[in-house]
Amino acid sequence: MSAFLTLVARDLRLALRQGGDAAMVIAFFVLSVVLFPFAVGPEPELLQRIAAGIVWVTALLAALLSLERLFQADYEDGSLEALALLPLPLEAQVLAKCLAHWLVTGLPLIIVAPLLALLLQLDPAGYPALIAGMVLGTPILSLIGAIGAALSLGARRGGVLLSLLVLPLYIPVLIFGVAAIEAEIQGFGPRPDLLLLAALLVLAVGLVPFAAAAALRLALE
Amino acid sequence: MPPDQTLRTTGDFTGQGLACRRGERLIFRGLDFGLGPGGALVLIGPNGSGKSSLLRLMAGLTPPEAGSLAWNDSDIRQDPGAHRARLHFIGHSDALKPVLSAGESLAFWARMRGTSAPIEPALARFGLADAAGLPCRYLSAGQKRRLALARLVGTPAELWLLDEPLTSLDSDAAAQLLAAIAEHRAQGGRVVLSTHAPIELSAAPRLSLADFRPTPAELLA
Repeated sequence: MSAFLTLVARDLRLALRQGGDAAMVIAFFVLSVVLFPFAVGPEPELLQRIAAGIVWVTALLAALLSLERLFQADYEDGSLEALALLPLPLEAQVLAKCLAHWLVTGLPLIIVAPLLALLLQLDPAGYPALIAGMVLGTPILSLIGAIGAALSLGARRGGVLLSLLVLPLYIPVLIFGVAAIEAEIQGFGPRPDLLLLAALLVLAVGLVPFAAAAALRLALE
Repeated sequence: MPPDQTLRTTGDFTGQGLACRRGERLIFRGLDFGLGPGGALVLIGPNGSGKSSLLRLMAGLTPPEAGSLAWNDSDIRQDPGAHRARLHFIGHSDALKPVLSAGESLAFWARMRGTSAPIEPALARFGLADAAGLPCRYLSAGQKRRLALARLVGTPAELWLLDEPLTSLDSDAAAQLLAAIAEHRAQGGRVVLSTHAPIELSAAPRLSLADFRPTPAELLA
């Protein structure tokens, strides 16, 4: 097994043994979506109109929750230092950790999102675009989040700083994710928005490892 | 086990005119060293004199403020990947996860370096054969230290950089470590270690960091 997959497997094993992250992300996602009908009232027309936006915004916030621990635990116990001194380039390790993070948090979000959309009476025509958008969008959330997590390493109240750094960068994902659903419902087809999300994903996979690895090296100096 | 071929390089690991700055403070300057195959270097000096910083410089974790480090006359910054592949760095922290067992932890670090050999001999060598299945959170400080040191013999690497390796070790484990170091050097490996303990390594020059402390005038510059 290559070093890359060994690192992914180790992060997955840690996540499963510690158990908290995925459950916390999903619980936050579900609870915050459930708040909306209480706040804005249960009228189906209103909920239907804002459903796509609510699901995407809460998914974004839920993804933020687990980011702080992405490198923090490894930084604190010295593992990050040891990882940085392995032959496998730090850039590849960032990608491996993002992949593991996405499998633990992004994938459950994708599975739960349609159920929550059902709760909010999203137009049935919008489901394929919701799922496709989440499949393309959630990995971007993990990747961009990795830059924020690396930059806020060692900072006091890193979690707050992380949110401030990362949330503005999430805006394009939010725009195209919601636009894809709206376009599908109105019969235009979600293709252009999904293609833009795919382009963002390609860009993030190509650039994030370098930015995050540079930030990690600075933190270790 | 046959001696590993990777330990058979010739040429010296040298540092010239090294200076190190942590934050605003210049810690040492004008430091030279040379380390040939089978050689060892013992770093001594009071707390804060820069023993750990020098080891981090040697590992390539921190860039030197001035001067250069070279392996066989080629600067280590020219090929950081090759430098990382030939070294083991054991710092102050043990880089262990509370939820992984001792065996899993050691296997992870070995696999990350591309070794597929069983890890039991390395565990047994440091008296951890019975603890292999125990999660690291149940290990004592000394056992954790032994486990970190077992990484040295789990995978071959030419250069061992050890930051106060004797901390919390009992006399048996310390003897084991010294035996492992002697064996490593007999095969052509090199060791740099920092210590406060009066340990005896054969033919190992002592480098006192206090000799390279900057003068008050240099501190102000």
